[in-house]
Amino acid sequence: MLKLSKLATAVVLAASAGTIPAIVHAGEVEVLHYWTSGGEAKSAAELKKIMQGKGHVWKDFAVAGGGGDAAATVLKSRVVSGNPPAAAQIKGPAIQEWAAEGVLANLNAVATAEKWDTLLPKVVADAMKYKGNYVAVPVNVHRVNWVWANPEVLKKAGVAAMPKTYDEFFAAADKIKAAGLIAVAHGGQNWQDFTTFESVVLGVGGAKFYSDALVKLDPKAINSDTMKKSLETFRKIKSYTDPASSGRDWNLTTAMVMQGKAGFQFMGDWAKGEFLAAGKVPGKDFLCAAAPGTANAFTFNIDSFAMFKLKSADAQKAQNDLAVAIMSPAFQETFNLNKGSIPVRLNMDMSKFDDCAKTSAKDFVETAKAGSLVPSIAHSMAVSPAAEGAIKDVVSQFWNDDKITVADAMKKISSAAATK
Amino acid sequence: MKSSFENTLPKLVIAPGFVLGFAFIYGLMVWNGVLSVTASRMLPNYDEFVGLEQYVKLWEMDRWWLALKNLGIFSVLYVGGAMLIGMALAILLDQKIRAEGWLRTIYLYPMALSFIVTGTAWKWMLNPSLGLEKLMHDLGWASFSFDWLVQGETAIYCVVIAGIWQSAGFAMALFLAGLRGIDDSIIKAAQIDGASLPRIYWRIILPILRPVVFSTIMVLSHLSIKSFDLIMALTGGGPGFATDVPATFMYVMSFTRGQIGLGAASATMMLATVAAIVVPYLYSELRSKPHDR
Repeated sequence: MLKLSKLATAVVLAASAGTIPAIVHAGEVEVLHYWTSGGEAKSAAELKKIMQGKGHVWKDFAVAGGGGDAAATVLKSRVVSGNPPAAAQIKGPAIQEWAAEGVLANLNAVATAEKWDTLLPKVVADAMKYKGNYVAVPVNVHRVNWVWANPEVLKKAGVAAMPKTYDEFFAAADKIKAAGLIAVAHGGQNWQDFTTFESVVLGVGGAKFYSDALVKLDPKAINSDTMKKSLETFRKIKSYTDPASSGRDWNLTTAMVMQGKAGFQFMGDWAKGEFLAAGKVPGKDFLCAAAPGTANAFTFNIDSFAMFKLKSADAQKAQNDLAVAIMSPAFQETFNLNKGSIPVRLNMDMSKFDDCAKTSAKDFVETAKAGSLVPSIAHSMAVSPAAEGAIKDVVSQFWNDDKITVADAMKKISSAAATK
Repeated sequence: MKSSFENTLPKLVIAPGFVLGFAFIYGLMVWNGVLSVTASRMLPNYDEFVGLEQYVKLWEMDRWWLALKNLGIFSVLYVGGAMLIGMALAILLDQKIRAEGWLRTIYLYPMALSFIVTGTAWKWMLNPSLGLEKLMHDLGWASFSFDWLVQGETAIYCVVIAGIWQSAGFAMALFLAGLRGIDDSIIKAAQIDGASLPRIYWRIILPILRPVVFSTIMVLSHLSIKSFDLIMALTGGGPGFATDVPATFMYVMSFTRGQIGLGAASATMMLATVAAIVVPYLYSELRSKPHDR
């Protein structure tokens, strides 16, 4: 009996050890992300170093593949079972969906102390808030509406400068085609089709039309002549791609431009990360320019971390430190130099960045003021996943099947936009 | 006392497995059914009952119809093709030839690969700028064209080709085992009666093989209905969503588009399809042998 009571005491003591702060130990911070490619992994390691420097335990929870699809699936199962990670890489409207489920932490205390409202453009800050409270931290800004080009190919074909309008673009593409090279490198996956498409809509219709048609999904705008012209231009671009593009990954597509097999590629600035990783110099080995007609607009794709509600005080402390670390100038600089994006924090010293990034940063600030800073649909920044997927389906179908008329495509986009 | 214990022991031993199986097979089927009548979006949501709305939405989607059409094309051609080729190979191997063991291994080997490997290898072979077409061009046959994989209308047939390559050897092994099980004296008797070899195969051997044919159809058809990895690796559902099948449709809707209710509805439809094939078969199998009981 005595033995038993001793054992019981031991059990009670052991159980209470969790609640009695006998020894002060640092919090563990578990971070779910999908930064698994070379440059990205380096960036994640940087964050880990900062957190360990503050005495926390970093628990890496990387889920590869699928632009975060796989990660999202794992995250759902963790949250449903009541065991969420401290932070997870979630972006755009998905932040609002998670917040609506009531599982995200309130970061206002950190945000106020760190003055996030003054450091972030309003468009970005709003995307990180749910009902006025910060629930997520932005990491970086990618610009999507870029065209990348190989200057060697342009010179061979007799193209003088990066095209500023679609007329110039098609003239240049004809010359490249005549020189026996592929004019436009393209990877036939639905998000790549849409990346090209949204740049075309922005270039043909301008930022306001883009917002009406693709962000607000206004049926009037979707069925307008401007949309018709956008679809026609988009289809015309297809005639300059090579037949083997179906299913090609974006980085292999970028490699075609790098190796001088192709002239142009429509892609966000993660493509620059590929060029830089291969030791190419911007302006000399490759050129960057805003997609035709979009020099005064900016389609953004922002990576962010949503923070989940945690039970233990230590873990919450670690979580707050993580939020501070992500917004710190040192991390913003290192991370974005690796990833090809620009810091999300305004007024940073850009001296270490290349010319493409400097252009991007300048335009980011200017377009934010002018109201032509628009979210990317292709990269889940604008509409609900269901509608986004449905519209992507239509655009990819239109791209792949020449039998679908422009009028049909517009009808299908309208009905896809109504997906709830 | 002892005898009743002996009677209950087998039941006791079987019980845990039975309970687990029941919970995780039928329990999850029911759970999926429940999800399909809720308005679940990103996470399961049991508060909002919407009846058959998800099913209505499902049958209104072009993409779902295309997925069904692809499944039809794929199932018929894949099961039929693998069986025909498997049967032909089995009959040829059954002619008491040399090195039969070697050949059998070679034909059966694709089965040892996962569909992911098969899909990836065929993706490279069928890609116009990497594989077969390029090889022919390099050999000087400039007009050769084989771009099925990148054309929306024909991409599904590439999936069929890869699937048949993977499974024909498996069908062959089953048929070969069946052929080996046939008593030689029957064939000898037929030969004495003056039957020609094709006639013997058609009228005597194939009827004897009927159960083997049925089990092969069973195995292959359920493989074809749940085919997912092959399509993911070979085409990723593309070009566009031209090679979408119900399994890939379900995955995309449930896990990438935050429409769990819709995904569950499509999964229920798949279950119904499998049940429509399996239940009559099981029924006939269980009914046809009264003397065994």
